[in-house]
Amino acid sequence: MSASLIIFFLLAALAILGAASLIFQRHPIHAALSLIVVMVALAGLYLLMGAEFVAAVQIIVYGGAIMVLFVFVIMLLNAGVEERTNFSKMASIAGWPLALALTGVLAAAMVRAGPTVANPANPGMLSDTATLSTLLFTDFVYPFELTSFLVLVAILGAMVLAQREQK
Amino acid sequence: MVPTIYYVILSAILFGMGAIAFIFKQNIISIFMSIELMLNAVNLAFVAFNQAWGKLDGQVFVLFVIVVAAAEAAVGLGIIILIQRNRQSLNVERVDQLKL
Amino acid sequence: MNFLTQNAFWILSIIKILLLLFIVLTVNAYLTWFERKLVAHIQSRWGPHRVGPHGLLQPAADGLKFLFKEDPTPAGADKLVYYLAPFLALALALTAIAVIPFGPKPIPFFNFFGQPVYLWVANPDISLLILFAITALSVYGVALAGWASNSKYPLLGGLRSSAQMISYELALTMSVVGVLLMSNSFSLSQIINAQSYAPGVLGWNIIGFSGRGFPVPQVLGFLCFFIAAIAETNRAPFDLPEAESELVAGFHTEYASFKFAMFFIAEYTAMITVSCLVAILFFGGWLSPFPATAFWQFTHYLPSVTLIPFGLWVIWDGIHYETIVGKLVLPVIGFVMIVLGSALIALPAVNEFIQPTFWLLAKIFVVLFFYVWARGTLPRLRYDQLMNMGWKVLLPVSIANVILTAGAVLLRGH
Repeated sequence: MSASLIIFFLLAALAILGAASLIFQRHPIHAALSLIVVMVALAGLYLLMGAEFVAAVQIIVYGGAIMVLFVFVIMLLNAGVEERTNFSKMASIAGWPLALALTGVLAAAMVRAGPTVANPANPGMLSDTATLSTLLFTDFVYPFELTSFLVLVAILGAMVLAQREQK
Repeated sequence: MVPTIYYVILSAILFGMGAIAFIFKQNIISIFMSIELMLNAVNLAFVAFNQAWGKLDGQVFVLFVIVVAAAEAAVGLGIIILIQRNRQSLNVERVDQLKL
Repeated sequence: MNFLTQNAFWILSIIKILLLLFIVLTVNAYLTWFERKLVAHIQSRWGPHRVGPHGLLQPAADGLKFLFKEDPTPAGADKLVYYLAPFLALALALTAIAVIPFGPKPIPFFNFFGQPVYLWVANPDISLLILFAITALSVYGVALAGWASNSKYPLLGGLRSSAQMISYELALTMSVVGVLLMSNSFSLSQIINAQSYAPGVLGWNIIGFSGRGFPVPQVLGFLCFFIAAIAETNRAPFDLPEAESELVAGFHTEYASFKFAMFFIAEYTAMITVSCLVAILFFGGWLSPFPATAFWQFTHYLPSVTLIPFGLWVIWDGIHYETIVGKLVLPVIGFVMIVLGSALIALPAVNEFIQPTFWLLAKIFVVLFFYVWARGTLPRLRYDQLMNMGWKVLLPVSIANVILTAGAVLLRGH
């Protein structure tokens, strides 16, 4: 049992506990806090794999900006404990089997892919931020410009949606 | 040294749990958060394969997924605020008719 | 014995963490004393001067008060989040100090069971990004505290405070990109090393010589960073969300005694972390302002030259003090300072080792002085003026700084 295996199981258990808490919590703010725990656990897993820049960006952007937005909206809309209505029975009948089947099919497909995904090429190699940014600006410059345009459109869209009607 | 398959199975489990939360929760914000959980599970699979093959393309894709998730969260939360304003309820079951 | 040698790294890290916690909490306590004295003297009054000589025991009295005060919980508050928020704020603020390097070399003549003892707890390759991640997460302490109190003043104060923090966080991170372009690394010790390629003060990022070509001064970056940092830590003149006359006490209205003390310590620790960052990123960290040639060797006696006369002054002040406790304690403190100063002259190896740490601590002290001076002098900004300044002034200026620095570094050929 090497140290990295122990750390992997600890972080994986933390992530799964956070996801389970997201499913079973009734108040949206507690669900948001559980999701933050999942994101921090995933950032720890990225660090374990040597992707340090991605781990830092995950915490700064996902955990420090997107989830703050969620928490703000929950506070502003004064969301309370979730009210359960029984309008549709479809979810409770077909929901659990379908979701478990989805997870099973995904996991089986990966396991069956065999030796190509068995072992990492360079375990624990630290990724170089300089190489990452060179890739981003040479091979991936077209998606980069497109995503910056997408963010601009999203900003405009959010501003238009949240505007009060002009009386 | 952790085999890549462990990370991928963890990613599949998290994706499945996100799907379960998406089906069973009735609060719009909780459903939106389960979508973010599914995106995170996919990110984990990307970085795991990136480590397996030794190239850095996986990490660049993760950056793009994070940026797109941020844009989607901004617009989605704007829509959620509008729904709360128009129907005074955050329960997804009450948004089942096209007419107000 | 074998167990100690095998796990020396972990045991040494735990000892360093405990020592650092103790030092940071003590420095926090005396920073509050320093702030109260300095603001008082700016306002032409004395500040605390009754509890112990010159009010030096005031932080201890405050700490005892926080321990023994009644601890009410508001009705209808969300128990888990209400108790979590101050812990989160304090834990994040204290974690940030772990990645700050206080000196380049390990302690001489000392080996902890085979491990050299460096003056930092951890020195990862991305220490600056880790500090930004912690700054980003510390918004939660404020937002959750405001919401969990189930009361309108904390809710509004918490929302305003966290909106202010995320607005200035953008300007904070953009203003550092100029420094990153010049240093080519996210690691704080590497950033300091990149400022040593020109002699003395000319190599610091604020002036920006790099041993060849023209200087690229980071003055805009420094100003943006400092102003954004004051706003980020919710200090005057940006402390409208927690001002007494505006919103009772903002997000920590409903918190009393120990939980309020945790927010308090978190705020002052964030102040100390930001001062360390300013000193490291823009003012050369542990580098001396004098060049390292043989001609300037006499400047290595500066720590002793500051300690010995200060010790003599403390002894003189103690002899003429009013109370008996002051007459006894102050000369002892002065005598200890003189002994330390003479020991540094007598032991050149220790003097060489203490040089970088002395300069870093001196710069941190100067930045903290400016922080407290700003609090005592400037009036508060109104909330819309505050948000205006964050989005319409600081963010464009920091982006312009990035573009100019990138162009200059490209032209200069690095």
